[in-house]
Amino acid sequence: MALDRWIALIFVTFCSIYGYAAFFTMDQLLPPFMQRNPVWPSTFPKVLSVLGIIVGMIVLLGVEKAEDNGEPSATEINYRRLGDYKIGQALMLLGLMVLYALMLRPAGFLISTTTFLVVGSAILGERKLHIMIPVGALATGFVWYLVQEVLGIFLRPFPFFMGM
Amino acid sequence: MLEGIFIGLEAAFSVKNILMVVAGCLIGTFIGMLPGLGPMSIIAIMIPVAITLGDPAAALILLAGVYYGAIFGGSTSSILLNAPGVAGTVATSFDGYPMARKGQAGKALTIAAVASFAGGTIGAILLMIFAPALSSVALLFHSAEYFALMVVGLSAIAAFAGTGQVAKALMMTILGLILATVGEGALFNMPRFTMGMMDLQSGISFITLAMAMFALPEAMFLVLNPARGASNAEGGSNKITNLRFSREEGKAMLPVIGRQSVQGFFIGVLPGAGATIASFLGYAVERNIAKGGEREEFGKGSVKGLAAPETANNAACTGSFVPLLTLGIPGSGTTAILLGALIALNVTPGPRLMTDTPEIFWAVIISMFIGNLVLLVLNLPLIPYIAKILSIPRNYLIPFILFFTLMGAYIGQNNATELLLLVGFGVMATIFRFADYPLAPLLIGFILGTMLEDNFSRSMQLYRGLDFIIERPMTLGLLVLAALLVLLPSYRARRARKRAEGVADGD
Repeated sequence: MALDRWIALIFVTFCSIYGYAAFFTMDQLLPPFMQRNPVWPSTFPKVLSVLGIIVGMIVLLGVEKAEDNGEPSATEINYRRLGDYKIGQALMLLGLMVLYALMLRPAGFLISTTTFLVVGSAILGERKLHIMIPVGALATGFVWYLVQEVLGIFLRPFPFFMGM
Repeated sequence: MLEGIFIGLEAAFSVKNILMVVAGCLIGTFIGMLPGLGPMSIIAIMIPVAITLGDPAAALILLAGVYYGAIFGGSTSSILLNAPGVAGTVATSFDGYPMARKGQAGKALTIAAVASFAGGTIGAILLMIFAPALSSVALLFHSAEYFALMVVGLSAIAAFAGTGQVAKALMMTILGLILATVGEGALFNMPRFTMGMMDLQSGISFITLAMAMFALPEAMFLVLNPARGASNAEGGSNKITNLRFSREEGKAMLPVIGRQSVQGFFIGVLPGAGATIASFLGYAVERNIAKGGEREEFGKGSVKGLAAPETANNAACTGSFVPLLTLGIPGSGTTAILLGALIALNVTPGPRLMTDTPEIFWAVIISMFIGNLVLLVLNLPLIPYIAKILSIPRNYLIPFILFFTLMGAYIGQNNATELLLLVGFGVMATIFRFADYPLAPLLIGFILGTMLEDNFSRSMQLYRGLDFIIERPMTLGLLVLAALLVLLPSYRARRARKRAEGVADGD
């Protein structure tokens, strides 16, 4: 089964769970006066879940025939060539982004961002750290100044134990 | 209309707003040139900046400037590197890149800039004529018609997705609508589908979703496949010298620009069609009507082949503002993001925009003229310098692209959970892209979702049920149109296949 049909299968499952919530659990908390309304908070989700299951089944069963576009070009992305791609780098960068999200508040903007930029480039294979560290630090400082001072959006610059 | 134009001129020609246009165009060109950051991502990054401005007119002018700048930047990287940063400029690379290979990069850029300028300007004139007319019709619409109109818009977006893609596009639209039901709705004061998480109470932020759908997958693809976005140039072509084109070439371009700006504009007005289809169609039409020798030139560096998609995509960008400004319904991913920005600024786009806040409406239109002029006289001479950004090695570039993506989602909400959502949705979007699912319908569905449900619920309450479909003929008509839009492509494909099979049998 091709990837797009796997996704359709997951989508149909998801719609079923969503539909179950809409049809059976959502209305239990509905106050009586709202039950006299022609439209409930669950009305639209009910419609969506039914439509979603129908459309998902169409994709899943391959009712609509896709046009064969021939061989994809070298710059086009194709999951069948996933082995040729730098999947390790991509996964490490994703991990780094998650780490950044978790560290942003506790470690402060300046430290976490500089680290993110330097480690990110190191993952991609950059070895000239004596260039990347100053570039990263400078860019971080500049962005922080822009966001905090010019835009007036608060970004905690230093780690939590430094009192800011 | 004349009065409106004067109001617009007054608002747009303030020092602040002119600065906004210039800054927007420059930033847009600069970032639009980078691989992986299209106009949608750039506008999403700029939204927090625009919101901080506080003034809706200035904010919209800034964002519109960024939009044109990004399209222009995308053409530049198409011409110089054969690496279009934006889908709308893919057709530009067909003739722009061969021209650059011949050492005429400067000329190609000038032709692109002139064609964009003409397309954008003629588009803005058409917008001035058609938008007021359409919004006076739209004033007659009730919530039932709005509901039906949005259904038409969403089905049109799916119908234009291409053969074999309609069901997939519909699936994405429905997923977008489902995501929009998360959080507390406006009509019912109760949280839905938050799974008990406080951070989901206010729903999923549309900037986060926009970043996750467009910026992140593109950045991931750059990481996965280094051939993508890398310079295919084999030396020499990056030298931008002589920016002039000859008088004969100018004459050849003129009819192309005339035809394509009108055609592009009307394609842009249609929901879901937008700049990409306009540019491909423009290229195809011009190639088909070109005569003998000129047709041979297409694909090898033809002046007409470069001017056609460039004119069409800029006219279409302007055209896509028509449904946004008059109906409040976005026809493309980019205008959907602009709609989100407007709502955040407390402006409700729709037919009343022209009467309630004419200064915003007209200032945006006037700023389109200024923006096009800025691109031509300011950005074009600067291109050789701005293009230096393309020589930054990817090891430096990609961490910054990722960082800007994260920042865009973070500063709008000041909430680190958004970043986790961003990564999660980004991974999902990357898988969708691998499986060839279109992502723009998801975002448009998400942004229209709340409005769709509100209008649906309001008409249900007014008519105590589904009677509004039968009692309002216009609603019924629009809903039938929506059904036709969805069913027609697959019906025609089926008939064509049947006919092809018949021929193969020797029937």
